[in-house]
Amino acid sequence: MTSSLFFNITTIAYFAAMVVFILYLTAKNKTIGLVATLVCWAGFAANTVAIGLRWYEAYAMGYEQAPLSNLYESIVFFAWSILLIYLIFDLKYKQRAVGAFVVPFAFAGMIWAQWSLDATIQPLVPALQSNWLTYHVFTCFIGYAAFAMACGVSIMYLIKVGKEEHAAEESPIGGILGMFPSVKILDDLNYKAIMVGFPMLTLGIITGAAWANYAWGTYWSWDPKETWSLIVWFIYAAFLHARFTRGWVGRRAAWLSIFGFAATIFCYLGVNLVLSGLHSYGG
Amino acid sequence: MSKEKSFTDQLWDFFCSLKLAIMTLLVLALTSIIGTVIEQNLAQQEYLQKYGMSEGTFRVLDALQFFDMYHSWWFLSLMGLFAVNLICCSIKRLPRIIKIVNEPVLVADDGLFRTFSNREEIVTADSLESVRDKAAALLGKRFAAPVITEQDGKIHLFSQKGAYSRFGVYVTHSSILIIFLGAMIGNVWGYKAYINIVEGSSINQVWPRVGKEPIPIGFDLRCDDFEVTFYDGGGRPKDFTSELVVLKDGQEILKKTIEVNDPLSYGGLTFYQSSYGPAGDPTFKFRVRERATGETVEVSAVQGRHVELPGGRSFAVNQFAPSYDKFGPAAQIHVNSADGTHGNPFILLKNFPEFDERRGGDYIFTLLEHQQRYYTGLQVAKDPGVWVVWLGCLLIVLGSMSAFFLSHRRLWVQIQPLDKGVGVKFGGNAHRNQPAFALFFDELKKELNDALTS
Repeated sequence: MTSSLFFNITTIAYFAAMVVFILYLTAKNKTIGLVATLVCWAGFAANTVAIGLRWYEAYAMGYEQAPLSNLYESIVFFAWSILLIYLIFDLKYKQRAVGAFVVPFAFAGMIWAQWSLDATIQPLVPALQSNWLTYHVFTCFIGYAAFAMACGVSIMYLIKVGKEEHAAEESPIGGILGMFPSVKILDDLNYKAIMVGFPMLTLGIITGAAWANYAWGTYWSWDPKETWSLIVWFIYAAFLHARFTRGWVGRRAAWLSIFGFAATIFCYLGVNLVLSGLHSYGG
Repeated sequence: MSKEKSFTDQLWDFFCSLKLAIMTLLVLALTSIIGTVIEQNLAQQEYLQKYGMSEGTFRVLDALQFFDMYHSWWFLSLMGLFAVNLICCSIKRLPRIIKIVNEPVLVADDGLFRTFSNREEIVTADSLESVRDKAAALLGKRFAAPVITEQDGKIHLFSQKGAYSRFGVYVTHSSILIIFLGAMIGNVWGYKAYINIVEGSSINQVWPRVGKEPIPIGFDLRCDDFEVTFYDGGGRPKDFTSELVVLKDGQEILKKTIEVNDPLSYGGLTFYQSSYGPAGDPTFKFRVRERATGETVEVSAVQGRHVELPGGRSFAVNQFAPSYDKFGPAAQIHVNSADGTHGNPFILLKNFPEFDERRGGDYIFTLLEHQQRYYTGLQVAKDPGVWVVWLGCLLIVLGSMSAFFLSHRRLWVQIQPLDKGVGVKFGGNAHRNQPAFALFFDELKKELNDALTS
C-alpha cells in the first residue's frame, strides 16, 4: 500500500464525482446527488490516507518533514483542502449542485500533479525546516480552497442570473439550471465562503511574515509571492466592503470573487512558474 | 438649513465613504502588480540588459519610481489614503456604535417593533406580573437575563448578547493602522545589516545594508565553530550551524548554536544564519620521520608557507583536496632541497598513512589532520517595531473573526394590560447572520407561547 496508489484512487474518485454530479444535474434525481457526495467523501478519505502515507514514507526515508515540501505535495494538499471546505459547506448548507462546480478544481489539480509533476520525495532545504511551514501552508490553503469554493459558486451565479434575465418572469427556469440553488442562496454562499477564506488568508500571510521574520529578520520584503498574497487580500477586502454598497452586490460581487480566485491561482502557481523570488523552490 | 453640502462636508463624506475604501483597495491591488513584474532595486545596467529596455524607457520608468515602487511617493500616498479612509470612517461610525452598546434601547415602542422581521404577538389570560416573570425566566434560561423597565403601565424586557462584537470591525481597522505604526517604528529606529565572522574570531560592529559606516553593537560576538552538513548521497545541504558567544567586557554572557530558522537574539539585535564561506588557507598537521636518523616530529603547516624540518630543510603544502578521486582527503606538498630550491611535488593521502614510505624520499610524511576555517555569514536585524506589528496581527485576526462570526443579538418583550387579559409583543434582531437568528427566534417564540398559554 503506497501513497501513489491512494493518490490514483483519489484522482479517479474526484473524476467520478464530477461525472455523477453532472448526471445528477441532468437527471434531477436526489439519489444520484447523494451518490456524488458519497464518492466525494470516498475520494477525500483516499486523499487523506495518501497524504498520511506519504508523510510516513518520508519519515521512513529519514526525513522528518510534513508532506508540504514541493509543488506535487502542495497540489495534492490543495485538492484535499478544496474537498474539506466543500464537504463542510455541503454538510451545513446542503446545496448538492455546487459540487459540480467545485470538485472540478480539485480534479484538475490532481490530474496535473499525477501527470506532469515530479512526485519523488526530496529532503527539505534548511530554509524550509521549520514548524512554521506547516502552519503557514495549512492556513493559506484552507483560504485558497474557500476562494475556490466561492469562485465555483460565483460562476453558477453568473450563469443562473444571466438566464433568469432572459427568461420570462412567470415560467420558472427548468433544465439543469433548475437544479441550481436560487440566485439569493448562491450569492450568500459566495459571501460565506469568502468569510471563511479571508481570515484564513490573513492568518496565512501573518504566519508567513512571522516565519520570514524568524528565518531572515524581515517580516515583509515585497517579494513577488508576498506581494501577490497582499493583492489577493486587497481584492477580497474590496469584496467584503462591496457587500455593503449599493450597486456592488450580485453580479459585480460574483465577478470580484472570480477575479479574486484568478489572482489566488496566480499567487499560488503563477508567481513560481512565471516570476522569481523567495518561494521559487515550489516551481 | 441649505440642501447643498459645504465643500468641507463633501470632503469629509468622501474620506468616510465605502466607495473610496473599495476603490483604494482595488487600485492598491492593481498597482502592486507592477513591482512583481519589474524586479525591484536593480542597477540601471541590469535593467537595460535584463529587460532590453532603451535608456528613454528606463528614464520614464525611473521617474515614475517603478524600480522601487513600494517606497515611491505615489504608492505610499495610496497607503496613506487607505489609512486616512480607515481613520475617518471609524471616527464617523464609532460614536453611534458606542451608543448602541452602552445605552441600549430598553423600551421598544410599537414603531420599533414594526421594523423587526422577527416578531410575535401573543394574548394571554395570565396576569401582568406572571407574564413578566415567565418571560424573564425564559429569556434568562435560553438567552440572557433581561433588563426590566416598567413604564406607563407597560412592562418592557430587554436582553442582548454579543454587543461587543460590534467593535470587531473597528478592531480590525485599527489593527491595520497599528501594523503601519509598527512598520514605521522599525523603519525609523531599526536597521538591517550583515556581518561575516571567521571561526574563532569576534566582532563588535555590523555593516548596514544602506549606508557605508559600520554600526557598533555594544558587545562582542564570537563564532567558536561553523559547520555545514549534507544529506547522504548528494550535495543537498542539510544544515548550517554556527556556535555563537556573546561577550561583554570579556565575560561570556550568552552561548547559542544558531542555524537557519533558529536565530540568536541579544540586546535588541537578532542574528540569523545566512551564508558561509572558506576563510583563509587550510591548515594541516603532519608526522615527519627522517629516514636517515629515524627521528620523528609532528609539525603544523598552513598551505603555501614553508615549515622547517629537522636537519635544516623545509617543506610546504601546495594544495589540498577534501576528496581526491576515491582516495579521500589529499595534500600535495614539496620538500626544498638543501640549496633552497623547490623539490618535485608529491601527494599524501590521509586514509593511507603508510603510502609515503614507498616514495623513497629523505623524509616520510603522514597527513594527520587538516582543517579549513570558515566564516559564517549572518544577517543582523534591529526592529523595535516588530512587537507592534505582531500586536496588530493578533488584533486583526481576533477582530476579523469576531466581525465575521459573532453577532449582536437583541430581544425585546413588551407586556401590556388589555381589556381582556394581557398582550405580549416579542421581537428581536441580529446585526449579522440573520438566518441563524431567525431559527433561534422561532424556537424561542414557540417556547414563549407554550409558557404563556399553557
